[in-house]
Amino acid sequence: MYIGIDIGSTNAKIACIDRDENIKILLMKKTGFNSKITAKSLLLDAKKKFDESDNIIVATGYGRVSVDFANKTVTEISCHAKGACKIFDKDNLVIIDIGGQDTKIIDVENKTVKDFIMNDKCSAGTGRFLDVMSKTMELTIDEMCKIAEFGGGVKISSLCTVFAESEVISLIGRSEKKENIANAIVMSIVDKVATQTKRIDYKNKTVCLTGGLSEINFIKNALCESLNTDVLADSTGKFAGSIGAALYAKELEAKNEKFT
Amino acid sequence: MFNLPEKFEEFSEARRNGFMKAKELKESGGRLAGVFCTYTPLEIFDAANVIPVSLCGMSDETIPAAEVNLPKNLCPLIKSSYGYAVSDKCPYTYFSDIIVGETTCDGKKKMYEMLSELKDTYILHLPQGIDRPYAKDMWKQEIILLKEKLEEKFGIKISDDDVRIAVKNRNKERQIKIRLFEMNKSIPAKSKYLNLHKIVDSLNFSFNRLDDLKKIEETLDEIDREYSKGLRPVSEKDKRILITGCPISGVLDKTIGEIERNGGVVVVMDNCNGIKAAKNMIDENSPDIYEAIANRYMNIACAVMTPNTNRFTQLRELVSEYKVDGVIDVILQSCHPFDVEKYKISKLCKEINVPYLSIETDYSNTDVGQLSTRIQAFIEML
Repeated sequence: MYIGIDIGSTNAKIACIDRDENIKILLMKKTGFNSKITAKSLLLDAKKKFDESDNIIVATGYGRVSVDFANKTVTEISCHAKGACKIFDKDNLVIIDIGGQDTKIIDVENKTVKDFIMNDKCSAGTGRFLDVMSKTMELTIDEMCKIAEFGGGVKISSLCTVFAESEVISLIGRSEKKENIANAIVMSIVDKVATQTKRIDYKNKTVCLTGGLSEINFIKNALCESLNTDVLADSTGKFAGSIGAALYAKELEAKNEKFT
Repeated sequence: MFNLPEKFEEFSEARRNGFMKAKELKESGGRLAGVFCTYTPLEIFDAANVIPVSLCGMSDETIPAAEVNLPKNLCPLIKSSYGYAVSDKCPYTYFSDIIVGETTCDGKKKMYEMLSELKDTYILHLPQGIDRPYAKDMWKQEIILLKEKLEEKFGIKISDDDVRIAVKNRNKERQIKIRLFEMNKSIPAKSKYLNLHKIVDSLNFSFNRLDDLKKIEETLDEIDREYSKGLRPVSEKDKRILITGCPISGVLDKTIGEIERNGGVVVVMDNCNGIKAAKNMIDENSPDIYEAIANRYMNIACAVMTPNTNRFTQLRELVSEYKVDGVIDVILQSCHPFDVEKYKISKLCKEINVPYLSIETDYSNTDVGQLSTRIQAFIEML
């Protein structure tokens, strides 16, 4: 089995693929405090579902180095590119991945990374921003994105997570409607991500959304509107990194670099 | 027997070892000037028998002290440099008889005004670009004013001959530096760049230039000898990186270190720490030596100039001369000139078909993980 483990800043994911690149297992759990233990327990959970002892493992994500039993580590940028090409069955793609601490826009040509852009040295425009804001709103991220659809008319102007939070608090203090504030929060991240995407020539390419937020329709639709193009999403989108890592594991065997 | 790794470490100690030398120099009546920038005409200090030392702050240790008076949202180099002065933590600043700066970026310009509360500070007015017919003459006048300032400050007379001798020596030094910077033109590169950087950086804290330059030449000879014997400190597979953008003395490990630990090698840098500072000789035989000095310094490519045409011409040349696989643009947070100019640099890279990555960083360690991922992904992509 070829196994990819993606230790993200919020969630850890595992993907197992077979010789014919069929996706066999996808599992996810919170990364938590100790990413080494999380990685091990993910692998144990996955191993309960198949009985093969000859496995090749590639680790990715910000915690990739802590997966000390992996045969190789590859960055999440390369893995996302590979995984998304598989998920969406395309060779050329522009991937928008809103991660926990990084937002990446990856330009993929012929299944390889041609260029990528990441957020500035700041957490605004990342999943962390939504996380912080939803707590202030006493909602889950899902709930907040759902009610955001019914709001509008309010804007958050601050670029900084900390200041934006105090803007939100003052909106709450002014008894602004919850859905309007939720809309302002979600749209601020959509605007920021759309601006980043515009730095890449995405016009003649398929644009897709991966990562933890890819199943939230409101974000996907808002991005469609802002970029004036279709944005694809898939329920396995949050596993793009781990699927890509599993595909790297398969390549590793082909290249016979198993133990580099 | 030569031991290169040990040798490299010796060079990296230069800054610290210089502290005592600075003290001894002062106690024996010597003169010391603190300088910051590649535009500073060092020949004038040499001619005045004043030793110039670099005061560019390289550590976040002094930033909290600086932020008492400076805005937080400012380039770390400016904050760190001011922090050293205001907290008396830098012996070089402490022992400097005079600090000399230029009107380069807005942040530095204004910071120098604040430095003048602490130290005798002199500012040269740098033209904003070289496309005006009077720009070079203006810079010549500024260099002469600096000479007069030093004459008055130290009660000395600086003759044209003094300046001409200094020019000759500095030209020689530039040639040695260029030899060093061209080491990694070869394929594979002759040395990890971090080691080359240690060598050249030691000259910013040199109290005996002739000896120090001799030591550098010997080390370069040794690198050449080992290379010709077939020793390869850099793998042929390593991706060849050009670093451009802001000065990076304060973020060496996060940039060069990270590149060279992850399958890359820096072959050339076009920033103030790199080849830019050594390029272009001064015409030693020019009838007007001040004009010759001005001409040389005005050709330095920096984002404080508008238009900054030279940077683009140079980058194009370097990419092809050094067979560069990828360009990494290092931006210090809040450095507007380089941050804004990265748009045009990325366009140029697209045009000449070389992959480009820009990274933004400061002197803290909070972004080490993020930078490492970006650099690794970039190298994977090449």
